[in-house]
Amino acid sequence: MSDLVLDKPRSPRRPAARRGNFELYSWLFMRISGVALVVLVLGHLFIMNILDGGVHRINFGFVAGRWASPFWQFWDLLMLWLAQIHGGNGLRTVINDYARKDATRFWLKVLLFTSMVLVIGLGTYVIFTFDPNITD
Amino acid sequence: MAGTTATEREGTSRRGGTLYRGDLGMWSWVAHRITGVLTFFFLFAHVLDTALVRVSPDAYDKVIETYKNPVVNLFEVGLVGAVLYHALNGIRVMLVDFWSKGTQYQRPMLWAILGIWVAVMIPGTYFMMVRTVTDLLGGGH
Repeated sequence: MSDLVLDKPRSPRRPAARRGNFELYSWLFMRISGVALVVLVLGHLFIMNILDGGVHRINFGFVAGRWASPFWQFWDLLMLWLAQIHGGNGLRTVINDYARKDATRFWLKVLLFTSMVLVIGLGTYVIFTFDPNITD
Repeated sequence: MAGTTATEREGTSRRGGTLYRGDLGMWSWVAHRITGVLTFFFLFAHVLDTALVRVSPDAYDKVIETYKNPVVNLFEVGLVGAVLYHALNGIRVMLVDFWSKGTQYQRPMLWAILGIWVAVMIPGTYFMMVRTVTDLLGGGH
């Protein structure tokens, strides 16, 4: 009986009022991945398009030479995942902004999500299973 | 000209109407969207063409040849320009979000990134186009 009884400082919680922090994490992810992509993508564009003859020196042998190094494999893998999720999340925002009907919004997001899974899956598969002696 | 709020600018409403014609910040946002969406669509095609290394060296080399076509080469300059703008403006957006003086300097920061963009794109365009242009002019070895 001598227990100190305090009223709750605020009225009872209303769990329905908060729907989680997804949009906050999405916003934060865009900035964190953005910083990484500035280095990864601008580095990629500089090496592939500008340095040492640019695109004219790129062929199968060039790719084989680069992916012989785990460093560039990891670079490309990280760039693929971050760019797809960063870009996919950006397009999600664009769809939310411009789709007028709920059905349009839903199906555009299904299409977007499918393309993201396809591109990330295919790209990851290619990086991990690349075979420089594929014709032998 | 140094005003930072759109409502104080003259000429922001057309013929006394209420159409928002936007401030410079709105156009930087529009450009950020357009360059982002374009890059995402290119990435889709680019992962597919690179996946051809898993098919055969010949299939990959054939598709990569299209990247060396003069017209496609010009698109590559456009792509690099779009990605570079998106990267620089993204840094500006982060400074506006996280730097205490970011909002105060958003406009000079826009001019700064446009200046950097031009300064990088001039030599960048040269190195991306020099081979194509010399080939077109018959200066090939």
